[in-house]
Amino acid sequence: MKLIVAIIQPYRLDEVKQALYSADVQLMTVSEVLGHGRQGGVTEVYRGSRETGNLLRKIRLEIAVNDDWVEPTITAIVSGAKTGELGDGKIFVYSLEECIRIRTEERGPSAIG
Amino acid sequence: MISNANNAWVLFSAVLVMFMTVPALGLFYGGLVKKKNVLALMMQSFTCLIVVSLLWVTVGYSLAFSPTEWIPGVLGDFKWALLNGISPIDPSPYTVSDPNGPVSHLTFVIFQCMFAVITPAVISGAFAERMKFSSYLVFSVLWLFLVYIPLAHMAWSTNGFFAKHGLMDYAGGTVVEINSGFSALAGVLLLGRRKNLKHLPPHNLTYTLIGGAMLWFGWFGFNAGSGLAADGLAANAVLTTNTAAAAAGLVWAILDWVVQKKPTILGAVTGAVGGLVAITPAAGYVTVGGALLLGASAGAVCFIFVVFVKSSLGYDDSLDAFGVHGIAGVLGTIGVGLLASPAITAPFHMNGGKGFAGLFFGDPHALGIQIEATVTSMIWAFLGTLAVFALLEVTMGLRVTERDEAIGLDITQHNEKAYTLIE
Repeated sequence: MKLIVAIIQPYRLDEVKQALYSADVQLMTVSEVLGHGRQGGVTEVYRGSRETGNLLRKIRLEIAVNDDWVEPTITAIVSGAKTGELGDGKIFVYSLEECIRIRTEERGPSAIG
Repeated sequence: MISNANNAWVLFSAVLVMFMTVPALGLFYGGLVKKKNVLALMMQSFTCLIVVSLLWVTVGYSLAFSPTEWIPGVLGDFKWALLNGISPIDPSPYTVSDPNGPVSHLTFVIFQCMFAVITPAVISGAFAERMKFSSYLVFSVLWLFLVYIPLAHMAWSTNGFFAKHGLMDYAGGTVVEINSGFSALAGVLLLGRRKNLKHLPPHNLTYTLIGGAMLWFGWFGFNAGSGLAADGLAANAVLTTNTAAAAAGLVWAILDWVVQKKPTILGAVTGAVGGLVAITPAAGYVTVGGALLLGASAGAVCFIFVVFVKSSLGYDDSLDAFGVHGIAGVLGTIGVGLLASPAITAPFHMNGGKGFAGLFFGDPHALGIQIEATVTSMIWAFLGTLAVFALLEVTMGLRVTERDEAIGLDITQHNEKAYTLIE
């Protein structure tokens, strides 16, 4: 079992979702986060005071999958999120120790899908 | 001799109309866009208030309303530039229902100023989320001179040919509503659609509801101030305005319920604004019964346009400036040619004492004039705005880059954002 965490551009969320659905990955958690990588932050100005290095809005996706679903999921996220520009984001893959479906209390790989 | 009572009401009406542009329209529109574009949208309304206010007192009012003209029937001259030669005790050269109690000429100037402010602000809804601020700024100047001022002169100045033909346009169905609606359509066609258009819900409908309610509030000044008197005709205008808004809001909400399964807040508010638009040319000519009919039909017709026609034609009128203001403006301006009742205007000795009558009240002549003015305004607004936009497109460009559109206009055009995520 793996936990895939992807940080993407907010405006690519729709494409990423569609790509995941096409790859038959239907489960995900989405949150709005702030951050930046090599793209750098933006400069904002409020009544003359410049505030540099402001963090950019990003979308964080978390998807728990069984091992044979890792590559299809990564491929789907990349196909939806990639523009070739700085700031497209990153994908992290973690090992997942346990997964419990609360409703049935079943555990392990069968609880993920 | 100036009537201080009338003057007080029309001055206050001018203030109410100012409130319609900022904050009302800014909130009404602002709630409908994505949260990365809300400031840019509100800034467009605010820009109209700033730019048009300055243009109006310098040369705008004079070009629109001076009795001496450069182009007969179309454009005045600089007689009243910087309001030169207008004394605070001068009576307004224009009266509607109370010729013996004119307001101060300066009151008329500021009341008309607020009309000129809100009209381009209404159009801005069509360009939401994709137009460069620099181009918008230039647009607001060019458009005022090339499109608004000549149309205001045609419709409202004593030399204008609409006025000479006996057009019934109480508060701006042609100059404000048809004008802004068809200008919006021209702008939308040249500007093109937004990217990533689908699945994007309005970011804050509470803003839209508050803004819509504030528009309703301000519209009492817009319509009932247009008689330039604090008399019974103003009371009629307040009642017809309120009635038409309520009827249109109800009809849209019911249609939502039937067609889309739930009565939506956005539908009720949009419908009410459509009703306010439709009653604008008619407020001082029709009875409350006429207002019910106009409002209800505005709710239905705007619903059909926005929900079915827009989606089938595929143009991207972001915030329905055309679908609501253009369509309901046409409906109201032609509708008053049917529904005007002499029982409303005859007691004020208007139109030579016999009052204004529409087709249903025995004057078939009126409808022809209304249609003539409607078509003239539609064509004027559409072609004039098309020319302004084409000029901007070849000189400065209209749209932000695709990347800026994706990041949002607040950051890319103004270096600010409306909401923070942390703190």
